[in-house]
Amino acid sequence: MGKDEAMIELIDVSKSFTLHNQGSAVIPVMQGASLKVEPGECVALTGASGTGKSTLMRVIYGNYLAASGQVLVGGLDVAKAEPRQILSLRRDTLGYVSQFLRVVPRVPTLEVVAEPLLAVGADKQIALDKAAGLLKRVNIPERLWTLSPTTFSGGEQQRVNIARGFAHEYPAMLLDEPTASLDAQNRETVLSLIEDAKHRGAAIVGIFHDIEARKRVCDREVNVSDFTPGLAA
Amino acid sequence: MTPLLQVKGIEKRYGARIGCTDVNFDLYPGEVMGIVGESGSGKSTLLNCLAGHLEPDAGQVIFDTRVDGPVDTVTMSEPERRMLGRTDWAFVHQHARDGLRMSVSAGGNIGERLMAVGDRHYGDIRDKAIDWLGRVEIEAARVDDRPSAFSGGMQQRLQIARNLVTGPRLVFMDEPTGGLDVSVQARLLDLLRGLVREMGLSAIIVTHDLAVVRLLADRLMVMKSGHVVEAGLTDQVLDDPQHAYTQLLVSSVLQV
Amino acid sequence: MSEYNFAYLDEQTKRMIRRAILKGLAVPGYQVPFASREMPMPYGWGTGGVQVSAATLTPEDTFKVIDQGADDTTNAVSIRKFFENTAGVSTTEETEKATVIQTRHRIPEAKLREDQIIVYQVPIPEPLRFLEPRETETRKMHSLEEYGLMHVKLYEDISQHGAISTAYAYPVKVSGRYVMDPSPIPKFDNPKLEMDAIQLFGAGREQRIYAVPPHTKVVSLDFEDYPFEATKANHLCDLCGAEDSYLDEVIMDDAGNRMFVCSDTDYCRSRRETGHVGRLAEENAA
Repeated sequence: MGKDEAMIELIDVSKSFTLHNQGSAVIPVMQGASLKVEPGECVALTGASGTGKSTLMRVIYGNYLAASGQVLVGGLDVAKAEPRQILSLRRDTLGYVSQFLRVVPRVPTLEVVAEPLLAVGADKQIALDKAAGLLKRVNIPERLWTLSPTTFSGGEQQRVNIARGFAHEYPAMLLDEPTASLDAQNRETVLSLIEDAKHRGAAIVGIFHDIEARKRVCDREVNVSDFTPGLAA
Repeated sequence: MTPLLQVKGIEKRYGARIGCTDVNFDLYPGEVMGIVGESGSGKSTLLNCLAGHLEPDAGQVIFDTRVDGPVDTVTMSEPERRMLGRTDWAFVHQHARDGLRMSVSAGGNIGERLMAVGDRHYGDIRDKAIDWLGRVEIEAARVDDRPSAFSGGMQQRLQIARNLVTGPRLVFMDEPTGGLDVSVQARLLDLLRGLVREMGLSAIIVTHDLAVVRLLADRLMVMKSGHVVEAGLTDQVLDDPQHAYTQLLVSSVLQV
Repeated sequence: MSEYNFAYLDEQTKRMIRRAILKGLAVPGYQVPFASREMPMPYGWGTGGVQVSAATLTPEDTFKVIDQGADDTTNAVSIRKFFENTAGVSTTEETEKATVIQTRHRIPEAKLREDQIIVYQVPIPEPLRFLEPRETETRKMHSLEEYGLMHVKLYEDISQHGAISTAYAYPVKVSGRYVMDPSPIPKFDNPKLEMDAIQLFGAGREQRIYAVPPHTKVVSLDFEDYPFEATKANHLCDLCGAEDSYLDEVIMDDAGNRMFVCSDTDYCRSRRETGHVGRLAEENAA
């Protein structure tokens, strides 16, 4: 980590897609992206649709390969790291909560939520207890816990995903619309989970279309249009 | 950390034709790597070179053995290599009949590797066989049935039990879900995923099914015409493919 | 029958077979390939044993042939006659007096001596054949001492029958190295495989010769919790009263009456001659 304690730091990152099968068209989608998030800080990415908020999140998570620049998370340059380094980063340090749940069929909800804890070597019972607490907090009825979430409604799946995302206390988190389409009570729960995470020192980058929510949990906003080629001044 | 397997410059030719060439990678303990590519891309040739079934024309396959540390398995003696093949290595064939003894009961199939490494207590062998049947979700009552009386999915699960009973550290899988119904595939994948995590297995899985690698593999290698054209983190390669062939492969999958 | 070379085979062939025998003796339990000849009898009638006997016999030998322990069955009689005609050797039914004994499916009850040779007729020499049909693979398994498969067969026995039901051709490990099929002798005879005489095994159709030199360690394979047992019918011989010999069961009538008699006819006869009497001896003699 740098001396200024940034947990997540992007330095002059660019991203483009080369479509080899469509005349090798090169589409630049991001350039000059720089960003710094310290522990306990929550930064909101803003900008109109299509300006690259999700792309930036994916670059930080290592899901998209940065074309140039540095993507430092907990001191590791994700843009150049080996797969196993990124995997261990994702396991221990960097959490990602998307709107959509992607799980293996047949695994019970309780275990889906406990999995990130088991992955970092937590005691099974402690992990299951914590998972149960989180599922309660996001209002998933206990009778559903032994079922696979693949059969749940969209809203339920989203909440299971949130519970899973907050099971392990990651020092860095990426939140992609965590409160989208939640009712008031569940929205409140999720916001309090985010506040708890900040309080324990997590560095968070998020996309929030919910302006009220953004105002409540985010310390700063970064407009990604500034990094969009052709849009930036 | 020492890699469990270091693959250096592996090449296999069939006369003038390239089976696979210039393959290099390290596999670390607990990692699962997928190898994808179309038929004839060299992925099975590569797997067979790695598992000692084919002798590569060039290169090294260095395995971190329990006793002697890293050893090149290409140049080790055949008895040593075969010993690895029934202790620290496992090979799951696409067709269960290639990996099972069809005339031997399920229990005998599972027990074979145990007996091969010197287990001589019938009761213990049988207990372990029954335990493993349970772990691959086959009823204990089927322990004395022959695999020919099993469904395709059960045969494949039995093959997996037979391979994993000696607690190998590296599992080679050649299209483990090929030829199975989709629902049976899902169950098998889920089972494999659980076993891999539970036992801390490293695995190399050859498949042409991108859904299989997304679910099972941490890392991905894409092969075309015997060459590795792209390698990286599975989700990165699938979501942000860099090579023309990978882009074609990913975009060719029908969305459900 | 002076038209025949001594013991039917030509000298070159006998020399070739002797080389295989010597190699077999040098590597106990190892199956030595040999160029099996066509014999004037069908495969399955002991062509392997006959060739080994032919290469082993000298004019001074006394020859005995048993089939399932008996000297008087068709197979035994015709092979004995064969060598009487082609080698002119003297023959006997007495185990004690024989110097070369050819056998099918038994080891005589009388303890064999260092100056005797026993020749077994072998139908299938490969003990691994049952589970591994590929010869290339079984050879490799022998050379690398990979014998786990042999126990799979015994495992299957126990899982299906509650005990090791293999009653004959029971696999053994010779001199701590090669796993060997002792030919289809009853497992009752297995402990006798550690003997003072030379043991030669000939498989004519499969073209293999193997051997166990005198005083060689021969261990029957088993499990710790299912140890090897040399079993026999739990009866006394009804003719000679022997309690330590391997018995044949003979059905005597349609009412299901049966008797047990020594399968080794010479052993039974010699006991009766020295006054031993079994349950049905009088009745049978009558």
